[in-house]
Amino acid sequence: MSLLELRKLNKHFGGLHVTNSVDLALQVGEIHCLIGPNGAGKSTLFRLILGEHHPGSGDILFAGENITALKSFARIHRGLSVKFQVPGVFKGLSVRQNLEIALQSRHRGAELEAEIGRLLSFLGLQSEQAQIAGNLSHGQKQWLEIGMAVSLKPRLLLLDEPTAGMSPEETHVTGEMVQRLNADGMTVLAIEHDMAFVRQVAHRVTVLHLGQVFAQGSIDEIVADERVAAIYLGQAHA
Amino acid sequence: MFRRLEGPQTAGRGPAFWGLFALVLGAALAYPLFSDGYTVGNTVYFFVWVFIALSLCLIWGYGGSLSFGQTAFFGIAGYGYGILTINFGSAYGFTLLALVIAVAIAALFAVLLGYFMFFGRIAGVFLGIVTLAVTLMLERFMAQTAGPEWRIGAARLNGFNGMSAMPPLTIPWPGEPIVLFADVGLYYLVLGLLVFVYLALRILMNSSFGNVIVAIRENPERAEMLGYDIRKYQLITFVIGAALAGLSGVLYTVWGQYITPSSMGMTAAALPLIWVAVGGRSDLTSTVIGTLVVLAAFQALTIYGSQYALVFMGVLLVLTVLIAPNGLVLGLMNWLGRIAARFTQRAG
Ligand SMILES: Nc1ncnc2c1ncn2[C@@H]1O[C@H](COP(=O)(O)OP(=O)(O)O)[C@@H](O)[C@H]1O
Ligand SMILES: [Mg+2]
Repeated sequence: MSLLELRKLNKHFGGLHVTNSVDLALQVGEIHCLIGPNGAGKSTLFRLILGEHHPGSGDILFAGENITALKSFARIHRGLSVKFQVPGVFKGLSVRQNLEIALQSRHRGAELEAEIGRLLSFLGLQSEQAQIAGNLSHGQKQWLEIGMAVSLKPRLLLLDEPTAGMSPEETHVTGEMVQRLNADGMTVLAIEHDMAFVRQVAHRVTVLHLGQVFAQGSIDEIVADERVAAIYLGQAHA
Repeated sequence: MFRRLEGPQTAGRGPAFWGLFALVLGAALAYPLFSDGYTVGNTVYFFVWVFIALSLCLIWGYGGSLSFGQTAFFGIAGYGYGILTINFGSAYGFTLLALVIAVAIAALFAVLLGYFMFFGRIAGVFLGIVTLAVTLMLERFMAQTAGPEWRIGAARLNGFNGMSAMPPLTIPWPGEPIVLFADVGLYYLVLGLLVFVYLALRILMNSSFGNVIVAIRENPERAEMLGYDIRKYQLITFVIGAALAGLSGVLYTVWGQYITPSSMGMTAAALPLIWVAVGGRSDLTSTVIGTLVVLAAFQALTIYGSQYALVFMGVLLVLTVLIAPNGLVLGLMNWLGRIAARFTQRAG
């Protein structure tokens, strides 16, 4: 069964066709990576799924329900959650308070404290809990925001460049986090440039180019695809 | 619930803070015993403004939305009290009911304005522009109501000269009703309201509601993507703020038994911003202290001419922005807190 289904989704910014008739179906339980050169329209696709942008045409189905017209917060209530490309933590608040704000609508009192503790250890941020989130390293901010997104216990987790700015070791740790979440039943759609990460976690890969689905398959199929190599090379030479 | 009196959203915690709080409160309670009615009445005037400052602290400091509209709610409630009591008098404790109704009218007005702004996704500088426009429009409107045709029942609006001679707050009492003129009686009422509002806001801001409010200030997109309908939270905060500003307006009207359109003018709209910014907008305690200190300084300077006092306000604002952007009082409080922490560490 598909958890998320995009049907003929289109989005224009002025004359720019940023999302061009995109069809995409995510299976329940998969880790799906979305790759493509900068400006391909990956983040825009996330914003369409989340309801921050509205498509010119096309439909978005989540667990069989058409959510195209729903407000963002209502989509979150349906079981979507996101980590943004630019870490969207509450910079002026402590790490602990960041997690509390994410968790407080489903837990109270001692249970809330326990959940915060569990999340802190999952993220490896126990010793940073009293720190102001704005003072964390870039990688730690990424983890904190992943933690906030995960705390909603979403059915579908959207990750926009979760390992940007991380060392190879940190990237690997993040990959393990994603795999653990997936093992617990979370479906994941991740935008990622880091091919080691994609290789580590992806069950399937979709390549987006100029707003269109350019290729789809396993990581090995994608890497072997000369057309895919060409668009990345084209960008490298541009 | 009382556990929420302390928390990450409010400066001041522990026995030292609450001991100091009790001391200050005790001094405030004893103060009329050592002073004369006129001076006490003058002190009430300072307290009256603290509510509008707290409303701005809530909406701007905690919520991150800069509103110039607080004086509009101040004026609406002030005029509302005047119109109600001039028409219906002060018997049977009606003035107390009029206070509540006037505050409710201001809150209702905020529901309409807030709904239009927040559900229309007006934010940032545009919110400031819209609220300022509303305030100035109200001022202009009230200023041109000089003619005798501008009356509501027995209450003449009186244009630029404003409305006056409304009855003071009157508490029904067996025998003779207690009339709260601007001296000791009104002092205790306003002090009581102030303590109540201050403590209630501490609890509110340290609750999960307060968490969402500061989350929206820090990053509205992230707050919404945690599943919060941020428009709803912004609207509720705006309405609570309007009610507090309205309370200031009623108390001001009760205190001086007059209200004029200039209470909604440009200067009136700007002054609370300065008190709150200088004190420290993101904290309740620093807002209260800052407002009282700046007001006292302002009044002391007005003796030499109000234009100097206004220039002084401007200079104070610039100094704050340069030295302690989060507020002079808050900066000082945090500094004292750090020293106290170091001291207890060494002792322990
Ligand atoms: N809000 C916007 N208004 C106008 N153009 C935008 C907006 N958001 C993105 N774009 C443009 O759409 C294209 C795709 O952007 P984006 O989705 O962020 O790409 P990616 O995430 O794949 O790097 C880019 O050319 C970008 O400049
Ligand atoms: Mg992007």
